[in-house]
Amino acid sequence: MKLKTVILAGTALAFAGSAALAKDLTVVSWGGAYQASQKNAYTDPYTAENPDINVIWDESSNEAVAKLRAMNEAGNITWDLVDVVASDAIRLCDEGLALEINADEDLAAAPDGTPASEDFGDLLVSECFIPQIVYSTTFGYRSDVDEWGGKEPTEICDIFDLETFPGKRSLEKRPINNMEWALLCDGVPKDEVYNVLETEEGQAQAFAKLDSIKDNVVWWSAGAETPQLLADKEVVIGSTYNGRLFALIEEQKQPVKMLWDAQVFDLDGWIIPAGLPEDRLAEVKKLVKYATDTQRLADQAKYISYGPARKSSAPLVGKHAKLGIDMAPHMPTDPNNAKNTFLYNYEWWADYRDDIDAKFQAWLSQ
Amino acid sequence: MSDTTDGQVLTTQDGKPLKAALAKALRREKLRALMLIAPLLIFVLITFVAPIADMLFRSVENGIVADTLPRTVIAIQEWDPNSGEVPNEEVFAALYGDMVVAVEEKTHTRLGSRLNYEQSGISSLFRKTGRRIKRMDEAGPFKEQFLDADRKWGDVSTWQVLKQFSPRYTGGYFLNSFDAHQTADGIEMKPADQRIYLFLFGRTLFLSIVITVSCLLLGYPIAFLLAALPLRTSNLLMILVLLPFWTSLLVRTSAWKVLLQQQGVINDFLVWTGVISDAGRLVMINNQTGTIIAMTHILLPFMILPLYSVMKTISPSYVRAAKSLGANDWIAFWRVYFPQSVPGIGAGAVLVFILSIGYYITPELVGGTSGIFISNRIAYHISSSLNWGLAASLGTLLLVAVLMLFVVYDKIVGIDNVKLG
Repeated sequence: MKLKTVILAGTALAFAGSAALAKDLTVVSWGGAYQASQKNAYTDPYTAENPDINVIWDESSNEAVAKLRAMNEAGNITWDLVDVVASDAIRLCDEGLALEINADEDLAAAPDGTPASEDFGDLLVSECFIPQIVYSTTFGYRSDVDEWGGKEPTEICDIFDLETFPGKRSLEKRPINNMEWALLCDGVPKDEVYNVLETEEGQAQAFAKLDSIKDNVVWWSAGAETPQLLADKEVVIGSTYNGRLFALIEEQKQPVKMLWDAQVFDLDGWIIPAGLPEDRLAEVKKLVKYATDTQRLADQAKYISYGPARKSSAPLVGKHAKLGIDMAPHMPTDPNNAKNTFLYNYEWWADYRDDIDAKFQAWLSQ
Repeated sequence: MSDTTDGQVLTTQDGKPLKAALAKALRREKLRALMLIAPLLIFVLITFVAPIADMLFRSVENGIVADTLPRTVIAIQEWDPNSGEVPNEEVFAALYGDMVVAVEEKTHTRLGSRLNYEQSGISSLFRKTGRRIKRMDEAGPFKEQFLDADRKWGDVSTWQVLKQFSPRYTGGYFLNSFDAHQTADGIEMKPADQRIYLFLFGRTLFLSIVITVSCLLLGYPIAFLLAALPLRTSNLLMILVLLPFWTSLLVRTSAWKVLLQQQGVINDFLVWTGVISDAGRLVMINNQTGTIIAMTHILLPFMILPLYSVMKTISPSYVRAAKSLGANDWIAFWRVYFPQSVPGIGAGAVLVFILSIGYYITPELVGGTSGIFISNRIAYHISSSLNWGLAASLGTLLLVAVLMLFVVYDKIVGIDNVKLG
C-alpha cells in the first residue's frame, strides 16, 4: 500500500515536473531541405541554449492560410509560429489571423545598432510579416539540347522563342509571374506592367503572348516538379524557385544552367498566429527575436541558396555546409544574378488575384 | 382468409387485446434497437450531417457586410444603384462611423477581402482607407475625405457591390457557380473568357462516366475469373488485386508519371521497338488520358470487389443447366449468367462513379490542364483564395448533382438491384 502511494506520487511529480520543464513550441514550415535549413540555423542552436524549449515541426505551410482560419473559427490555435510566403502573410493579416508586430521592439537590431525596421527595410511588406529570406522564381534550362545548335537562352524572352529554342517548357499553373513575363516580352516596359495588366486589353495581351507557347507548356503546381521534369528531359526550360535549381545543379550535378534574367523576387518569413495565450506568445517572441537576428539569417544560407532578408546579414554569408562552395554567387541577390530583376507587386496581386486567376483557369481549360 | 373471427377480439392470457400487447412489445423492441444504434447515429449526426449542413449554410451566408458596416448598410438602402451617382454625405458619414469601429477591431480588411471576390480592387481600398481613417477630420465633410483617401470611393460600381452584398444572405455564390453574375440589368452570364465552372462540372461528369465504364470493362473479366477459379488460385489473384489498393495513392500516381511521360518507360519501349518515331512520342500524361488511366487504375478494386462477391453467389449449375438445354457458351453467359451479375455491376458502378466525381489529388498530379475536375477548383477556393462561400456553393451543386444521378439511377436500374455481397 505504502509502496503504491510512493509510486503514484512519484509518477505525478514526474509528470508535473516534465510539464513545467519542457515548453512545446509548434513551428510550421514547408518540409524538405528548406525546413531542415531552418532547423539547423535557427531552432537547433536555440534549443541548445534553452533546453527547456521543445520545438515540434509541422509541414503544413502550403495550406497554412486555410488551416489557420479553421483553427480561428474553432477557437483553438495549436500553432505558435508559421512560415508563409509574403502574399499569404498579407492575406492572413487582412483576415485578422496573424498578429501585428512592432519590428523595432519585437526583432533584434543589427550588430552595429541599426534598428530592425531599417535593416529589413522595404521587405517588411505587411504589419504581420517577419521576413527571413529572399527567394526568386526563375528559369533553369538544360545545357545539352541538340536542337538548339549550341545556342543557350540568355534572356527571359527566349522562353517565348520556339524557333531558336524548340522544346517543352514548364510554367507554374497560376497567373502570377507568367502574366508579367508575357507582357515584358510583348514590349511592355517594366514599370508599366501592372498598369497594363490592370486593364482588360492588357490581360488579353498577356494571354495572347502565352497562347504562342501554350501547346508547348507543362504546367506545374509543386516546386519540385520542374527539377524533376528537367532531370527527366521532359522539358528543356522551366521556372521554379532558385533553391530547387541550386540543388539540381550543384547537389545532383545535372546538366542544367540558371537563366536568372527577369527573375521575380519574393519573400518568405514568419507570422505569429493571432489569439495565442500570453505565456506562449512570450516564448514565441523570444524564439522569433533569436531566429531572425543577423547571424542566424546568415547561417541559414549555409544550407540553402536563399538570400537573407537583412541587409546586415549579406556580408556574413559563407560557404555551403556540405559542399564547401561559396554561397554568395548562388544567391538571387548577388549582383551578377540580379542584373535584371522584377519586383512582385503584393498589393496589386492581393486585389487582382481572384479575378485574374478565374480568367487564367478559364484560359487554361480552353 | 382472415386470422380473426368476426366480432371477436383476440386477447392475451391476462385479458389485454392481443393487438395492443403486440404493438407494445414491438415498440419496446424498436426502442431497444434504436438504443443499440444510438452511438453510431449520434456519431454520424455530429461528424457527417452537421458539417454538411454547415457547408450548405456557408454557400448563402453573408453576414460580414452587415456586421462590419451596420450603419452604412441601413443608410445605403435609400440610395438608388442605377442613379449613376455615388451616395450622399449621410452615407459617407455612416461609413466613417463604421470604419472607425472596424479599424479598431481590425475587421475592415477582412471585409475588403470578402468584397474583393466580387470586384477587384476593393481589398486595397479597405486596407488603404483603414490606414487613413485615424487622420480624417471627425467633423466632416466625409465624402471629400474618403475620395481623397482613395478615388475608388467615387466609383458607382464600388457602391453597387456594397449595396448588392449588404443583405445577410446572398445568392451571389450560387450565381457565380453557374458562371453568372448580378448586374444592374439583372442576372447575366459572365463574359466568355471568365466562364469555367459549368464547363468543369460537365467535364467532371463526362470523365467520371468514362472512368466508370473503363473500370467495368477491365474489372468484369477479372471478377469473373476470380469467381470461377478454385479458391487457392483465386486467393493469389485476389492479393494481386488488393496489393495496389494497399499502396499509397501518391506512390501509384507518381509511378504512372514514370511510365506515361514522354521520356518515360512506355514511350521509350515503343520508340525502341520502332512502333513510333522519336519525334512522335505519345502524350499520355498531363492531359485527360493521364487522368483516365491513373484513376481507372486507382478505382479498379472498388469495381472488382463488389462484382466478385456477387458472382461468387451465382451457382455454376445454372449455366450448366442452360448448356444442357442447348444454349451455346455466349447465350448461356448473356441470358443466364450476366443478368444475375447485374446487382454487382450496379454496386461497383455507383461506388466508382461517386468516388471519382469527388477526386482531386490524382487529377491535380497527372491531369495537366485538360484533365482537372471541379474538385480541384473547390480545393483551390478552400485552401488558396479562402473564398469558402464559393467553395461551399460549388460543393453543394456537386452534392445535388450526385443525388440527382442517384435518383435517375434508381428510376432506371432500381436501387434494390444494388448488392455489395
